[in-house]
Amino acid sequence: MRRFLTLLGRELGSAFHQPLAYVVLFFFLLITGFNFHAGVSLLNKSASSTTMVEAFFNTVYFWFAFLLVFPLVTMRVFAEEAKLGTIETLMTAPVRDGQVVFAKYFGALFFYLILWVPSLLYFFAFQGITAMSAAGAAGSYLGAYSMLILIGMLYTAVGCLASALTDNQIVAAVIAFAGILALFFLGLLSMFLPATGPFVREVICYFSPIQHMMDFSRGIFDTRPVVFYLSSTALILFITFHVFKYRRWKS
Amino acid sequence: MIKVEQLTKCYGQVKAVDSIDFEVAKGEIVGFLGPNGAGKSTTMKILAGFLPPTSGRAEVAGRDVFCESLRARENIGYLPENVPLYPDMRVHEYLRYRAALKGVPGRRMNERVGDVLDLCGLNDVQKTIIGRLSKGYRQRVGLADAMVHEPDLLILDEPTIGLDPNQIRLVRDLIRNLKRHHTILLSTHILSEVEMLCSRVIIINKGRIEALDSPQNLRARLGVAGHIFLEARVPEPQAAAAGIRRVVGVGSVSVRADGAWTIFTIQANPGADPREALYEHAVASKWPVREISRSAVSLEQVFAEVTHSEDN
Repeated sequence: MRRFLTLLGRELGSAFHQPLAYVVLFFFLLITGFNFHAGVSLLNKSASSTTMVEAFFNTVYFWFAFLLVFPLVTMRVFAEEAKLGTIETLMTAPVRDGQVVFAKYFGALFFYLILWVPSLLYFFAFQGITAMSAAGAAGSYLGAYSMLILIGMLYTAVGCLASALTDNQIVAAVIAFAGILALFFLGLLSMFLPATGPFVREVICYFSPIQHMMDFSRGIFDTRPVVFYLSSTALILFITFHVFKYRRWKS
Repeated sequence: MIKVEQLTKCYGQVKAVDSIDFEVAKGEIVGFLGPNGAGKSTTMKILAGFLPPTSGRAEVAGRDVFCESLRARENIGYLPENVPLYPDMRVHEYLRYRAALKGVPGRRMNERVGDVLDLCGLNDVQKTIIGRLSKGYRQRVGLADAMVHEPDLLILDEPTIGLDPNQIRLVRDLIRNLKRHHTILLSTHILSEVEMLCSRVIIINKGRIEALDSPQNLRARLGVAGHIFLEARVPEPQAAAAGIRRVVGVGSVSVRADGAWTIFTIQANPGADPREALYEHAVASKWPVREISRSAVSLEQVFAEVTHSEDN
């Protein structure tokens, strides 16, 4: 456990030791800030039953920033070690492969979560200024943020897998982006396949992060997406672990 | 300390290491010598637990490097060839991180990190970011990292490559000081380094062990005798050379003039040392002698002999 924590500390340290972290933080804040502004304008324009939380988490700006951030956060985790050659010093220290994979994964996940902390301020500010509730109920926050964590867990795992596949960070980012887009658009497939029957459409709905976020940000808690995201995260991490091992043994 | 049996490593069709066997006892400094691509680094990577062997086995401190990899790795300090370090960390941060990773307990952390900083002469740069260090300092940070958890065995892959002569001397002195507490396996191309540091030498070529012995024995066993130079003032060089040829132990003689003096380059028979007989001969012939000396056989010649014969 102590070794795992040491590795995790190193991961977090290295994430904040490079300029990329601050560039990502800056632009992420910019886009989410704009997204918040767009949400407020939307609510101002027309009387509707949507809450601020719903408006914030279900716009195209939100998804744009959301999908883009994972490749940037995860591209370096394994690829950089492989490029620098530090994988050799790392793996000749008495640490298990699993500890390394988990530390890198949780390091990246933690950084992703930090990106979302400022968004909480927006809702506090909104409530403070308008004296209105930003969400219909507390469950709305809980739902929206737990969905952020759940989808984030899966997409971070995909990013880590992409990074484990290559020595090149750019290649890792492209693979991660392609994989995440594929997962994301899987849920939108029914839009492009109008000829399919209602059964296929229903199945596809189970994979749709847009649908999940819409439900959860209304405070509707459904166990099916929870199981889906947790189990696919476990699967992707399992594959990452084996790719990591395989690439070292093959070298 | 190290026991290697029938160790083989293939990269696809290429056999990088071909069923090698050797043992290293506690407290030895063993030099791993060979041309580029001979399999030195591969063997060291297997011993350090980074690569799995294709077949055969290797033990470090009684632990199999593959089956009990974690336990074996706890006993090893490994310095890879190109000294990979995290350029974003400060020297003392890096060493603390590595020490924690290698299981140095918190209460001994300051002491251990302080010790290796002292030992490797890194006190001046301990707060410097590693990315800004010169090659020599990076090499020393790598060494400090290898020793920070007090391993029984140090595996150093070309520890002096790319350093300037002063830095090489510093690193050599450091290694020499380490032999009191550690067993050391080091690889190098620099033959004089092996002669200076190592108690035994393993010469490896094309994945096979060509020779394994102490530097002195290697010289003797390979029968590479040195040249003897005799500088004397002789009346008739050619007649004198014929006389020298009759001295016991002398193989061939060549003659070169240097003003009034004549320099004889004498090839001794293998295993023979005819210097005394040559002196007697010169005295008996009443030649004034300016110099009589023998060129020591360097390991360089041994190395060339061993690795070259394989090519033909």
